[in-house]
Amino acid sequence: SRALTSLAAESDTIEFLVGTQSLKSDNQVHLLQFDEDNNSLNKKVFRHREGEIWQLTTSPGDRQIFASTYSKIVDNKTQFYATVWKLPEAEDDSANEPEIQGEDEHSTQAKTLEPLCQLEDRGFGSVVSVLWEPQSDGSRVISLTETHILLWDLNVSDTEAKLANSVALEAKGHPKFTAGRWNPHHNNTQIATANDTMIRGWDVRSMKEAYKIENAHNQLVRDLDFNPNKQYYLASCGDDCKVKFWDIRNPSAAVLSLSDHSHWVWSVRYNQFHDQLVLTSSSDSRVILTNTSSISSEPCGQLDDEKDSIDGEREVNSDDEDELDDLNDRNKEPLKEGVLATYEEHEDSVYAGEWSTADPWLFASLSYDGRMVINRVPRAVKYKILL
Amino acid sequence: MASSNSSAGEDGSPRHRRARNDMLKMYYNMNQEDVGGLNSDPTDINGANFDPQIYLSKVMKEKRLNELIDKEAEMVKQIRSLDSDMQTLVYENYNKFISATDTIRKMKTDFRRMEEEMDRLATNMDSIADFSAKISCTLQERREQISRLSGTHSLLKKLQFLFELPARLKKCIEMRAYGQAVRYYVKTRGVLEQYQYMPSFSSIHRDCKGIVEELRTKLREKFSNKESSARELAECVDLLLQLKEPPDQLCDEFLSHASQKLDEDLEVMQSQIRLHQSPADDVVESDQVEADISPAERFLKNLPVDILEFVDSSCNGFLSDICLVISSYKDLFVHRQSIHTSDHNQESLEEVANNKLGEFVLVRMAQYFQCLEQRVQAEKNTVDNSMLVRALDRFYRRLEAVNNLLPRLNILQRGAEIVNKCATDRVEYYLDGLKKHFAECLTDIRQILCAPKIAGKQEATDLSELLATMQSSIVDQVRTVLTNLKAFITNDVTFSHTSFFPGPFCYDIVREELVIGFLKHVFQVALDLSEGSHDKSSPPAALILILSRLFLDFEANTVNQFVSQVNEQFQIDPAQVQTTAAALCAESKMVAQRMLNHYVKVQGLQISQMLRKSVETRDWLNTIEPRNVRAVMKRVVEDVTFIDSQVGMLYEEGIRKAHSSDSSKRTFQSYSGPRKHQSTARSFTPSTAYDTSLMSNIQKLFSERIEIFSSVEFSKVSVLTGIIKISLKTFLECVRLRTFGRYGLQQIQVDTQYLNLYLWRFVIDEKIVHVMLDEIVGSTVHRCLEPVLMEAS
Repeated sequence: SRALTSLAAESDTIEFLVGTQSLKSDNQVHLLQFDEDNNSLNKKVFRHREGEIWQLTTSPGDRQIFASTYSKIVDNKTQFYATVWKLPEAEDDSANEPEIQGEDEHSTQAKTLEPLCQLEDRGFGSVVSVLWEPQSDGSRVISLTETHILLWDLNVSDTEAKLANSVALEAKGHPKFTAGRWNPHHNNTQIATANDTMIRGWDVRSMKEAYKIENAHNQLVRDLDFNPNKQYYLASCGDDCKVKFWDIRNPSAAVLSLSDHSHWVWSVRYNQFHDQLVLTSSSDSRVILTNTSSISSEPCGQLDDEKDSIDGEREVNSDDEDELDDLNDRNKEPLKEGVLATYEEHEDSVYAGEWSTADPWLFASLSYDGRMVINRVPRAVKYKILL
Repeated sequence: MASSNSSAGEDGSPRHRRARNDMLKMYYNMNQEDVGGLNSDPTDINGANFDPQIYLSKVMKEKRLNELIDKEAEMVKQIRSLDSDMQTLVYENYNKFISATDTIRKMKTDFRRMEEEMDRLATNMDSIADFSAKISCTLQERREQISRLSGTHSLLKKLQFLFELPARLKKCIEMRAYGQAVRYYVKTRGVLEQYQYMPSFSSIHRDCKGIVEELRTKLREKFSNKESSARELAECVDLLLQLKEPPDQLCDEFLSHASQKLDEDLEVMQSQIRLHQSPADDVVESDQVEADISPAERFLKNLPVDILEFVDSSCNGFLSDICLVISSYKDLFVHRQSIHTSDHNQESLEEVANNKLGEFVLVRMAQYFQCLEQRVQAEKNTVDNSMLVRALDRFYRRLEAVNNLLPRLNILQRGAEIVNKCATDRVEYYLDGLKKHFAECLTDIRQILCAPKIAGKQEATDLSELLATMQSSIVDQVRTVLTNLKAFITNDVTFSHTSFFPGPFCYDIVREELVIGFLKHVFQVALDLSEGSHDKSSPPAALILILSRLFLDFEANTVNQFVSQVNEQFQIDPAQVQTTAAALCAESKMVAQRMLNHYVKVQGLQISQMLRKSVETRDWLNTIEPRNVRAVMKRVVEDVTFIDSQVGMLYEEGIRKAHSSDSSKRTFQSYSGPRKHQSTARSFTPSTAYDTSLMSNIQKLFSERIEIFSSVEFSKVSVLTGIIKISLKTFLECVRLRTFGRYGLQQIQVDTQYLNLYLWRFVIDEKIVHVMLDEIVGSTVHRCLEPVLMEAS
């Protein structure tokens, strides 16, 4: 499985959407609700008959609406599509499943998703990803195909998506988009895309290229994310095992470059509340939580090389409530820059990592073998950031 | 003692007795004091501090009645004997008293007689005094007359001298006996000034003044005359000083006079420097300046001289001149003054004179140093070091002489600075040279590496040979530089013995800046090559490999060799150095490691790029049944073999896990075994991905996690294992992004089998290859629409 997202419009409960990827059986979308008090997961399964899900994104306006990017085999050819779906209303809860792994059990009570509209590709090429306009009512969507950026106007009541604008990527050697991200600043007028080793910024209003970072990574750029608090800061990751942070006003050099992973980095995510926390997942089957406070919006006064070991992993299941564990004597020291924790629960490549939109200290990661792990920021780190 | 004892029994008041005791004590002070000093016990009946009360009570307390009675009897006996003793003493002493009074009475009568005689003596003396007064009175008159006459005589003599003075002075000046003249004038000056109001004297004074004025101008002329010798000058100054010329003015004049000559010297030096800097366009300018010099001389002057000659001439010209000036100045103003001027003025004058001299010398020396510095700077880029060192040595030696004359000014310090600066410049220059040389080495290797690729791959370049040449040339370069620099601290060079020079020079400049600076620079260049490579033309992988090996060798011996060589040649105590050889070795090893890692990365990425393209561009759903291994795989194996040979030239084989020596056939079987099992397991439950994922999970539990971009060891197999791991992991990830048809899967199967056959030879542990290839096939099965595997054949 590769598709994981948190519900952007949800701020009360911790919910994640996971999409499966299987050629043989019907694919499913799982809505996972994490209950913090009981440390349990509630699962709702929805059938997604269209094909293998490669990417899921949720509408920031309506928690029931999401978009999936999926592949279908038509005429012996793999085609990629994107569709906006609506989750059916919850009637009765499906059986509680504390164990996360059993995603492909034969659930007979799985409901079918309601398709709202398909983002027709009309010869624009394979869809790579769908981007919702952040912090809006979810009426504007960008779908990124391999060669085009398509801006859609979406009316929820209408089942039709209107193509508002489009632009084609034209450059030597037929480059293909691999990732895109909507900049949450500047009234959502900018997006950033990645193709091969290059990062480009686009102005959505004019659909013109605004800036580009050439050779951002030595290899393919896999993912991008904008700092939610500092408007010019962009994180990128790629096949050169590096995570780089850019000030887009100065595309010639990265502000910071981390190389903690030992294989391709597939996703990078800023914590939406504390932008010094950056989550990266990689095909070396690790998830790494990094502190980048020196370039965040909450820089620490000085960078002490304090040596207290942060007891790394606290899986949700094993989390007992020893609230004030020696917080008295470390709360004044600033947090160490660099890797905060490495999570090695996954056995296979981790293709997605995502922060919860409801709890700023919680995140989920999903690996190829379908294992999803929910983790928390180490308590010591949390207290240090808060205090 | 006796009385105190006797009264002990009867006398009641101890205070009276004590007072009396004391008086007696004073009288016989020796005796009593001895006793009193020894005993302070109040119960001691013979002691001075005897207290009868205490004694009594003590005795009453301690003794019994019969003892008391005995004691009393004893005491009474003692008292009685003491009384009788006293009586005899009184009788004896009575006679002595009587004889004493007789003697005193006799003395009285004798003295009366003596008094009378003394009175008579006094009256006689009085009369003698009277007579002598009378005699002197009569002689008085005549003596006064004589003295008046002699006074008049001397006055007349003086007057005559005065009247003759102008003529005399004139004659002296005519005879050039300036000294005589000045002496005459100085003698009379006081008198003349005193009697100025008398007309005759004033006229003489006027005349003298005129003559002296003349004399003064003459002396001045002589003083400012260039040709006059130092001795003459000294005389002049001396005379002028006596004529009450203001000394500071004289100092100024003297110095300005001296400065002319020094300025000339400086001018010559500057023209030399100009000449050196721009030999062509200087000719015109110097033509104007030195129009009066003959053409031959001009030509000579316009010929740039080398540094040694320059320093030589400058030393001979300027420094010796300034020495002369200083010494004569000192003779004239500082030492002379003590003879002629009063003590009060002398000190201040001396100070003024010294200050003036100091200022003057400092200004001139600063100019000189500036010139010299410029010249030495110009010499910065020459190759010949010994000449420079000799020049500096000479300069420094001469400077020492100047400094000895004027120790106050710290001229030597400035000179030392110049020497230091020069040495530092040289080291910098050499460092630049070394850096350039290293860069040249790199470009050379690059070119050699590029050349055969164009010509064709038949003759693979021998990397180890390249490595050896590079290493030896670097070592040679460093060695020559060190030998050159050694000239600075050879024994016959003066400044190599001073305190300021050899220490910092050896430790900081040569060792830290040159040798270690060079090594660090080399490390940095290498790291830049490996890290900043992607924006520029990336260096060939073989170069990185060579560098990696080079640094490994550095770590093994070259660094130590350099450091020990420096330590030895420059007498450096290894305990006091900033950067130790061990730290450098560690750094070198670190760089080597990073270079090798980078090499693995580069090569791995090259191969994985190939694999990725091959997987991405193919339509795996609609391939035909595989007949053969794809060409890409053959290419991969070819490349790996090539890399293997490349690495093999520089690195040792390394350790392999034991069972790898088995035949490839057996490993192949062991590899295909579990796969078959897997496929059958899948065929039972084809619709549930659950089982397969469980399977793969269980499988992974038993196999170790494979670090993909991990650090490698310095051995061939380790390097190749790294490269192969990277390649295969890429293959896996690419496969997972695609969807396969039946034949697509089979093609992958064929490819992996082919890889399996060839790749195991290169790696440390063939299990890694098996596991990864298994995973590829597994993933392909997972991504396959109709997973039908080929039978192994």
